Amino acid sequence: MDHPSSFVHHALLLSLVLFGLGTLGVFLRRNVITVLMCVELMLNGVNLAFVAFSRAAGTLDGQVLVFFVMVVAAAEAAVGLAIVIALHRHRDTLDVDAFNLMKG
Amino acid sequence: MDAILFYASAAVAVTSAVVVIAQRNPTYSAFALIVTLCSLSVIFALLGSPFIAVLQVIVYAGAIMVLFLFVLMLLNVKSEEDTPGRGGRTLGGVALALVTLLVLQAGAVLVRSKPGPAPQFDASTRKMAEVLFSPHFLYVFEATSILILAALVGAVALARKEP
Repeated sequence: MDHPSSFVHHALLLSLVLFGLGTLGVFLRRNVITVLMCVELMLNGVNLAFVAFSRAAGTLDGQVLVFFVMVVAAAEAAVGLAIVIALHRHRDTLDVDAFNLMKG
Repeated sequence: MDAILFYASAAVAVTSAVVVIAQRNPTYSAFALIVTLCSLSVIFALLGSPFIAVLQVIVYAGAIMVLFLFVLMLLNVKSEEDTPGRGGRTLGGVALALVTLLVLQAGAVLVRSKPGPAPQFDASTRKMAEVLFSPHFLYVFEATSILILAALVGAVALARKEP
């Protein structure tokens, strides 16, 4: 590997760009499924930061945390998409603005 | 060579991430997200984590994105249309994303101010297993199996037709 330390720093920059894009997408998009995909994008930004820090620190703990983040992301996607199917059955739409029953 | 691959993958990841949030059709968003995940897997491999790189392709690009595409096809999702009166929300989203970016950037700068020598690093699958099944993480690992079971039961209970 040529410059591992500069790789680590640029991977951190990439991870925060991905996290910022995911945050932006959660607010811009109105489709529930796209919002869930943007959350996955944010989780991937965090995973990249974990791997970069693990590389910088020289321990494997960060990589094990990435493993657990992936497990939680899989569980989140399964339950989230089941909720999306239930929502679509009840309201016939996937627009986040349509789900406002709890709005004060 | 490594540097070219790294920066090319980073450019592909950012470009496809922009497509994910700019695209109105959720199916195209999903495909763009698959491209992002695969290019991130290349970056993981270049950072010396082959196990995470393979897991990224199998679990994320393989399993999770197939689940998303399955639901998209199942519900026959249409593209979003323009609705008036959402300018404030767009502005709020841009502002919040910028604030997040600034805060995280501050963190990244702090990290850069302490450059240590790159330590010896071995993230082979064998080493990963030794850490994962050490007493430190063993119970957490067992707890994730309960989490997966709960998610499985919950997903079936939520998505089934009400009697």
